[in-house]
Amino acid sequence: MTPDVAAFWGLAAVLVGAGLAVVIGKNLFHSVLWLALALIATAGIFLTLDAEFIAAVQVLLYAGGVITVVVFAIVVTERLVGERLSHTSRRIGTGAAIAAAVLALLLRALAHAAVELPRPPLAGDLTQQIGSTLLTRFALPFELLAALLLVGMLAASYFARPEE
Amino acid sequence: MGLSAYLSLAAVVFCLGLFGTITRRNTIGILLGIELMLNAVNINFVAFSRFHGTEIGMVFALFAICITVAEVALGLAIVILLFRTRQTAAADHVDWLKG
Repeated sequence: MTPDVAAFWGLAAVLVGAGLAVVIGKNLFHSVLWLALALIATAGIFLTLDAEFIAAVQVLLYAGGVITVVVFAIVVTERLVGERLSHTSRRIGTGAAIAAAVLALLLRALAHAAVELPRPPLAGDLTQQIGSTLLTRFALPFELLAALLLVGMLAASYFARPEE
Repeated sequence: MGLSAYLSLAAVVFCLGLFGTITRRNTIGILLGIELMLNAVNINFVAFSRFHGTEIGMVFALFAICITVAEVALGLAIVILLFRTRQTAAADHVDWLKG
């Protein structure tokens, strides 16, 4: 087993285990921490795909930003209501059946599709290529994204404003 | 590792997120399930991009990550608003549109 293969399976095991803990845990706060572990394992998966920049963005934005915001939201809502949030599941059988059916469908499609490609060698610095593509071919979506983030920020602070 | 290993991993993570989204009662729990699903999609973007020798899929993964951040911020703002007005976080209690 080469180091690459071992790293992939190790990260995959962490990712799936943490993902399972997110969806079946009883404590909402623990679920968020497991989600942070899952997101960091995903950053590791990106590293095995030579996407260092995406891995860095994943850790900064997701594991750093999103998790912090979710933890804040839990703390604020628990203070508003003055008790622990209930974090139970319902219709576990139906949910498991639907998820298993979708998984079977996806894996079956994967098994029948000819998706096995040879991994091409890296052509130059991937981060540099992402940067130049982002600001040439995808310059307009990039600017629209800035507008979306601004609108999202304003709307979120309007919704969550203190009461008059 | 081959491409199909990455795609299978993403499929498993996506279905875990789907399970969480369906079964959770708490709205924040549902948001966490959606996060897992979006994360699985990003694995697919980056894997396809790497195996096709182009960086465009990674640009899309970047876009997806940024849009997810905006979605989480808005979703949590709605959750806090819901708490203020109804003192509940359970999705089952949010049924005012039901006739």
